[in-house]
Amino acid sequence: MNATDEAIVRATQAGLPLVPEPWRAVARAAGVSQDELLARVSAMLADGRMRRIGAVPNHYALGYTANAMTVWDVDDEAVDELGEQVGALAFVSHCYRRPRRLPAWPYNLFAMVHGRSRAETEVRMAEIRAVLGAALRASDVLYSTRILKKTGLRLA
Amino acid sequence: MDELERAIINRLQGGFPLAARPFAAAAAELGTDEATLIEKLRAMLASGTLTRFGPMYDAERLGGAFTLCAMSVPADDLERVVALVNAHAEVAHNYERAHRFNVWFVLATAARAQIPQVIAAIEGETGYRVLDLPREQEYFIDLRLSA
Repeated sequence: MNATDEAIVRATQAGLPLVPEPWRAVARAAGVSQDELLARVSAMLADGRMRRIGAVPNHYALGYTANAMTVWDVDDEAVDELGEQVGALAFVSHCYRRPRRLPAWPYNLFAMVHGRSRAETEVRMAEIRAVLGAALRASDVLYSTRILKKTGLRLA
Repeated sequence: MDELERAIINRLQGGFPLAARPFAAAAAELGTDEATLIEKLRAMLASGTLTRFGPMYDAERLGGAFTLCAMSVPADDLERVVALVNAHAEVAHNYERAHRFNVWFVLATAARAQIPQVIAAIEGETGYRVLDLPREQEYFIDLRLSA
């Protein structure tokens, strides 16, 4: 990443300034013209370094209190194909394969499910279980009970 | 939650305009005006309805390193451990979860080599083991909550 892009990330990682011309303010902070800034931001959106630009809601404030990290022990040969299918479910917001840490941690597939009640989340877990079928060996669910820290990305 | 707040959450989680007056452009689409939208965003951030407003970055694609960590901490030692973990600037967010592994946090560092260093520091300070669970494959990511 070049120095301009890095300066843009630094200038926006805490959020955009809430002023009528926020991009001009960011451009000034990054030491570039507004046109250059907008071109760099477009490029970062296009290549995925920037996922999107907008409002980031607090799950809890919206009533999404049953935020479950569902974890699954899935056969290694099947996990990538099934992971794609789990990720495609509309109610799954993030889906990753991660390493097992045996014996403490046997799960290799993680799917985040956000629901307004535990009952809703349980129904969704049953749908995931149906997708995983015979490749599933064990599963667990971890509900979040408290945000201990939430600062977003910070470049050191 | 009023109608404008609902519209901001449902329609402004992405697509903020790359324009000279982006709040004015976004406000027009939401049926309000620039000053009202800015004031509303300020209020939603202050009340905690929004955690932030601006670009969301993919830490790994920026060139940084990223991992998910888990710790199993007894309830009577939790506050001490959380304070020690959160004191590290590399801890981007941290959730308590109802499980034997009850502390889950994300580490974001500029370089991969820093991840084991931060983990070792946290293990040394707290006296508890940290599970390092980096993502090996991403299947999907697009969180859009509706209000």
